[in-house]
Amino acid sequence: MEFEPKILGFLCNWCSYAGADLAGVSRIQYPPNLRVIRVMCSGRVDPVFVLDALMKGLDGVLVLGCHLGDCHYIDGNYEAESKYRALEMLLENINLNDRINLDWVSASEGMRFADLVDEFTEKIKSLGPSPISSSTKDLKLLDELQAIKRVFSNSRIRSLIGRERKITLLENTYGETIDFEKFNKILKDALDSEFYRSQIYLSLLKKSASVKDISQEINIDKTLVFKNLLMLRQRGLADVAGVDGLDPIYKAL
Amino acid sequence: MTELRIGVFVCNCGSNIGSIINCSELADYAKNLPNVVFAEDNLYTCSETGLTKIKNGIKEHNLNRVVVAACTPRTHEPLFRGICNEMGLNPYYFEFVNIREQCSWVHQKEIHKANLKARDLVKMGVARSARLEALEKYQVEVTSSSLVIGGGISGITAALSLAEQGFEVYLVEKKRKLGGMLNDLYRISPNYEDPSEYLQLVKKVEQQPKIILHTNSEIISIEGYIGNFYVTIKGQNKVESVEVGTIIVAVGAQVLKPVDYYNYNGKDIITHQELEKLLKENKINQKNIVMIQCVGSRIEERHYCSNICCMNALKNAIIIKERAPDTNITILYRDINTPGTKNELYYRDVRKNEVIFLRYNVNKPPVIEDGKIRVYNNSLKDDIELDYDLVVLSTPLIPNEDNKALSQMLKVPLEENGFFLEAHVKLRPVDFATDGLFVCGSAKWPVSISEAIAQAKATAAKAAIILCKPRFEVEGSTARVDTEKCVGCEVCIKICPYGAITKDDNDQVLVRNVLCKGCGLCGATCPHQAISINHFTNPQILSQINALVERE
Repeated sequence: MEFEPKILGFLCNWCSYAGADLAGVSRIQYPPNLRVIRVMCSGRVDPVFVLDALMKGLDGVLVLGCHLGDCHYIDGNYEAESKYRALEMLLENINLNDRINLDWVSASEGMRFADLVDEFTEKIKSLGPSPISSSTKDLKLLDELQAIKRVFSNSRIRSLIGRERKITLLENTYGETIDFEKFNKILKDALDSEFYRSQIYLSLLKKSASVKDISQEINIDKTLVFKNLLMLRQRGLADVAGVDGLDPIYKAL
Repeated sequence: MTELRIGVFVCNCGSNIGSIINCSELADYAKNLPNVVFAEDNLYTCSETGLTKIKNGIKEHNLNRVVVAACTPRTHEPLFRGICNEMGLNPYYFEFVNIREQCSWVHQKEIHKANLKARDLVKMGVARSARLEALEKYQVEVTSSSLVIGGGISGITAALSLAEQGFEVYLVEKKRKLGGMLNDLYRISPNYEDPSEYLQLVKKVEQQPKIILHTNSEIISIEGYIGNFYVTIKGQNKVESVEVGTIIVAVGAQVLKPVDYYNYNGKDIITHQELEKLLKENKINQKNIVMIQCVGSRIEERHYCSNICCMNALKNAIIIKERAPDTNITILYRDINTPGTKNELYYRDVRKNEVIFLRYNVNKPPVIEDGKIRVYNNSLKDDIELDYDLVVLSTPLIPNEDNKALSQMLKVPLEENGFFLEAHVKLRPVDFATDGLFVCGSAKWPVSISEAIAQAKATAAKAAIILCKPRFEVEGSTARVDTEKCVGCEVCIKICPYGAITKDDNDQVLVRNVLCKGCGLCGATCPHQAISINHFTNPQILSQINALVERE
């Protein structure tokens, strides 16, 4: 039987949902794989929702908002874009970035809506079922997603993303404007290190372990594990539990 | 907690849904979903019969949540919410599932898969409805007076219209004199009316007791929300605070001074606005006059067409021709924009009137050098040389410099050029997205006087809808802050497009419900996940995702 992906769509009330309605009124036919959640603005879509959907095994997530500059809420879709870009950065690390998509559809673009759904469905079909939902459930990937979800619940990361436009377009607390490239680099570094920490923490939650064990378990360099373990200790999330030979054993707190 | 009793009503919409989706099967499916105590399908749920069935369902089965699977909430949600309200059920306990526009109409060739999709959608709707919360709409007291910013033709018209309906109007003009650009014009196209006919309205304004005039004044701050705006007006000698229910922005625009174009010098190379002044003073006696269109408009840094310059140049050409038929007038143009029932005929008349029209190429624009104008002609593939005694440049209307400051005070957007941006180009052309604020005239795009008057009257009508009632109702689906989780980091305050989030005297973050539009931006952004968005809460959205992946 042909693979029929289940795709979740977040549509904003004013443009993309209206565009989807127009596709209906115009009887434009498109694949029946999309399930829609209506939100008022694409800026409402917390990356945590998208991660939740991926963790539950949905094959793809589509977020559609108003065209940039046309947002019903002035600039909500720019914020949606900031959030999406950050999410994409980390999903790229685990090769799931192709399963999400953000695009823009106006209320008058029924055809464009149908085309976007068509393209995205085709893409997901070519990728095959989500590794989470298939019979050989990819538990490692699920752990990584769990770690990414922790990253996007982290207040430091959320506040960095939430301040992006202010910092890059206006100025930060010290009156400096950071250019976009530089901000992206800072964000990427912050996301990556927070991702390591989340992975280390979640791994320790399952089982106390040495730096070497953790490094093997989550497949990151020992120095990186050690550096980030220190950070977790500082935050009071991990500590030494004992010693195995010469290696300290760490536990999650 | 009261037991959940969900009722599901599936609409066949005649054959619109029924011919693709098996609605009675879908209703049977819904009966087995958690907390559903009643489900049925109807021919037309929005008909009198259908609505009665919902009412009976609520009564007989003691329903406390209603789910309708039918068309789109964008058109029919208010109707079904109203029915719930009528039956004593909080309207926010109603949930809409779209199985027509987004299912039966778009999957007509894949009936089986469409039916599976409809089931998923109903399952998601039922799951969401179980987590819906009762909300109240907010009532706002309305001050029945209005502020009109700008005393040009738009502002005057709006102010008079409101005053004549009995509302008090504060009319604020930054210059000494009312009338705006009308004061600079000699005649108005296309009927050569004398602007003083329109300036009669200024006298009417001055005699209108309901209009409180502030000339030589500017707005220095605007606080508040629909029904209750607090505005500070700075005049020459005093600062005054007024309270108004609505605000109309009618600030107009200004003529671009073409300092960098065509050796403009204000003497023999001038703008049309300066030409009007010379016409008024009867100082035009030059033999060779060349007009250049689209100077500083429809170019890379200013994409737009200024809308009024073609008609204006045609009018001025005819006026000069009638006074001195020997004058040689050449109009160098890119395209001539004369839409409307009469304007195109008018343009043809002007062409017949020995006014020469030469098209120029934007990539090889005319050059003024040594007292001559050279213009490249596409048909001749060569330059044409013209003598001139006077060059008149058609420069566009550009936004006022203080638009930015005003837009920040009002918290409304400007478009890329700096004009004010309306809520919707077609459906809400004179509204801002923020309630109680309106815009008309050249403040949002260069318009002719007739358009400016039409728009001004539209804003007055829209403002009157609010002003004529003592109270205004605003949506209950707003953001709310969990004070336990909030650390006061202020990310939400900076991100809110409407300035709806503030800190109170105790440094506690709070949402001003009447300003909040419920977009949910703050909720998705809050670093500590301390903000929840009424009617689109995290549990509600996550329940929809959950329902979708659940296996039966």
